[in-house]
Amino acid sequence: MALKIVVLAKQVPDTRNVGKDAMTAEGTVNRAALPAIFNPEDLNALEQALRLKEQHPGSTVGVLTMGPPRAGEIIRQGLYRGADTGWLLTDRLFAGADTLATSYALATAIRKIGGVDIVIGGRQAIDGDTAQVGPQVAQKLGLNQVTYAEEIVSVKDGRALIRRVIDGGVETVEAPLPVVVTVNGSAAPCRPRNARLTMAHKWDHCPLEAESFVAPSGAERGALLNQWSVADVDGDPAQCGLSGSPTKVKAVKNIVFQAKESKTLTGADADINALVQELLNEKIIG
Amino acid sequence: MDNNNYMPEIAFHLEHPLMERIVELREKGYADAKATVTPSAAGEGAGEGRLYPDAPVDYEDAIENYKAILDITADVAANIIEPNAESVDLEGPHLENGRMIYASKTYENLEATRRAGLHGVSMPRRYGGLNLPNTVFSMLSEIISAADAGFQNIWSLQSCIDTLYEFASEEQRQRYIPRVCAGETMSMDLTEPDAGSDLQRVMLKATYSEEEGCWLLNGVKRFITNGDSDIHLVLARSEEGTRDGRGLSMFIYDKRQGGVDVRHIEHKLGIHGSPTCELTYKNARAELVGSRKMGLIKYVMALMNGARLGIAAQSVGVEQEAYKEGLAYARERAQFGQKIIEFPAVYDMLSRMRAKLDAGRSLLYQTARYVDIYKALEDIARDRKLTPEERAELKTYSRLADAFTPLAKGMNSEYANQNAYDAISIHGGSGFIMEYKSQRLFRDARIFSIYEGTTQLQVVAAIRYVTNGTYIDIIHQMYDQCLNLDNYVSAKTESTAAIEQLRPLRHRIATMTELYEHAVAYVKEADDAEVHDFLARRLYDMTAEIIMSLLIVDDAARAALTGSECADQFFRSAGVYVRMAEEDVIGKSTYVTRFIREDLAAFRAAQPAKEPQA
Repeated sequence: MALKIVVLAKQVPDTRNVGKDAMTAEGTVNRAALPAIFNPEDLNALEQALRLKEQHPGSTVGVLTMGPPRAGEIIRQGLYRGADTGWLLTDRLFAGADTLATSYALATAIRKIGGVDIVIGGRQAIDGDTAQVGPQVAQKLGLNQVTYAEEIVSVKDGRALIRRVIDGGVETVEAPLPVVVTVNGSAAPCRPRNARLTMAHKWDHCPLEAESFVAPSGAERGALLNQWSVADVDGDPAQCGLSGSPTKVKAVKNIVFQAKESKTLTGADADINALVQELLNEKIIG
Repeated sequence: MDNNNYMPEIAFHLEHPLMERIVELREKGYADAKATVTPSAAGEGAGEGRLYPDAPVDYEDAIENYKAILDITADVAANIIEPNAESVDLEGPHLENGRMIYASKTYENLEATRRAGLHGVSMPRRYGGLNLPNTVFSMLSEIISAADAGFQNIWSLQSCIDTLYEFASEEQRQRYIPRVCAGETMSMDLTEPDAGSDLQRVMLKATYSEEEGCWLLNGVKRFITNGDSDIHLVLARSEEGTRDGRGLSMFIYDKRQGGVDVRHIEHKLGIHGSPTCELTYKNARAELVGSRKMGLIKYVMALMNGARLGIAAQSVGVEQEAYKEGLAYARERAQFGQKIIEFPAVYDMLSRMRAKLDAGRSLLYQTARYVDIYKALEDIARDRKLTPEERAELKTYSRLADAFTPLAKGMNSEYANQNAYDAISIHGGSGFIMEYKSQRLFRDARIFSIYEGTTQLQVVAAIRYVTNGTYIDIIHQMYDQCLNLDNYVSAKTESTAAIEQLRPLRHRIATMTELYEHAVAYVKEADDAEVHDFLARRLYDMTAEIIMSLLIVDDAARAALTGSECADQFFRSAGVYVRMAEEDVIGKSTYVTRFIREDLAAFRAAQPAKEPQA
């Protein structure tokens, strides 16, 4: 059966390679100092979607992302790898969203897209590390959810067979469609960008990107990508962005991990014997 | 998010002034960008209605396309191929029931390059290719080789398809080219136990079977790189009773037909990931390519020229990686209270490695650009008659490509070996330990100066251009253009300070050229075939060193005038390279001009004709 698949993807600052200027003096992320990347686990999610598309001819994969106009790059990165389309949710009213407002916006957009069989996202984004958005989207849409997925093994007769990571192993579960799946970083890595698709889509852009989009000659032939505002998805402004976000940051503190107490031992036999005895007493060894 | 994964040196060569002409010829007036399909057949999204949404609309667009594929290739090389390289080197391929099985990670590499669409890249779009010029293909080759030289062999053998495209029938093109673009692998089955460098001795038998309506191949091939490939180009003797190159024809063997088995996989010093096979042909069904008897004379020559440029690119990749390894170690390792890079003996080595790399790379891409122009014109000539100007252009560049290819292959393969050797020297004892990458580079590089024609055979291919004055003419032309302001039209600065700074180097090249011309004249006047052959290597080295000196000085000037970030590095490399070349040219020209026929006796006597009597 042909599937309509939506991949949830987020543009994030690359927090994996932080330098000393990665944080501002106020303790917030200095986005200007970190390159913006495709959230790593969302790439794992995209790979699962593209594999399903290959197994089910006629399927479509669309990348749904929320962010500033430059997050249109996330859609292009999806197209370079084989996605068919994408939607950028961008609006000042979406800005400052916590996970609740984000999942509201995404769920509203998925309803607008309509007829979606599978929503696949990464387990969590590397800038927030909450792992809440996927499950909240499922909850808001009233759909089943499977989290920590490693592989969507098969989709047959309206049911998806999914292998997921659990403590100490894996389990395989079955869920009726439509379903929301969040994918773990241990899933198959995403395929590289395809040269031909990259060449074909390199000038595609969202209307709001046009200003900043430097294209020497080919810009006019790039396709316009879908760009949706709160109104476009029939959203309630009160539930979007800052006004829809109950999370309030009281303070941000730098935390330095420190050992509470430490001992300095010499290599002398007496010290070694004392340490062995202590470890035995505390049942750490023995 | 637009990361530039590839090096600025490659971007510098991508923006060479000749590229505009190359792209214009290659894209044939950007015809593919204008081709349309009926709306129903058009895909969703960008370029709806365009038959080839990836085709560039103009020069800038083409350069953006090239940058995109370089970035993708560098990404795959750095994140998949390089991390797999050590495991591939240790595991290697093996034989199972007459079939070659790659090292397990090689399959992962191939899957990645296929997904990334990096196969059949030079082919026209109508067959599923990306229509990339050879210059860009060489850049991809360099990047992949730096990650794993053995995998570069398997990947770059896709360039065999160029020969099939040039000489096979349209019907054959349509059957085979799309398969290669989809990622099927290729091999060129040329050598046999008794036919290595001397391919005229090929004996694999091709007989036409009226019954089967096809050619049947029987015999043995040896030392076949990637010999269990999907599509083989095979050199075989179609004319019974002949004994030389005129009885040989070229065939396509499709693995789906069956009839060829792998009998043995060689255990090699290096490039372990690249399987070197011995093949047995038993009534293997094959198709003739082009005309009978033209196999060696025409088609293999074309195949070899492409393959030689491929080895030049492979060599540059290893030159780069060896330099990188040496530099990283020298910066980190401290002895006698300081980092070893502070010692003159070490930074002398590193600066020479870097200079050879920058000059060798420049020679590679200059050669690739020459090949691109004449090949593109040849391709246009398949569709229409060339104008007299185009015919003259084709002749000029084809001559330049023929003259430069043996220099690019020979010199870079030697430089790769030298850089790998020096990388180990810098590592000291650690360089001899298998845990460090330098030892792999050293083992891998050794074959570069052997296969696709040894360095000694590159000298044979080049020497006629030494004695007939071709190189001397080229050097004079390059010298006139070097540091000539009219030659830097893309300059972004009015300041000519850079040019003035480089002028003393140019002057030193003039002195080297005089010594070189004197040496060439001396050998010609000697009029002795054996003396000529004996001294050929030294004349070849001098030729290449003077040409590379001119190239690197020119690069430094252009980099400075166009504001390239490579400018400072190229200035340093120009200073180092010209001094190094000068040292060599003075020594070698002295050697040559003091050599007389009688001196040969001492060299011959060093190798007694017979084993000494007991």
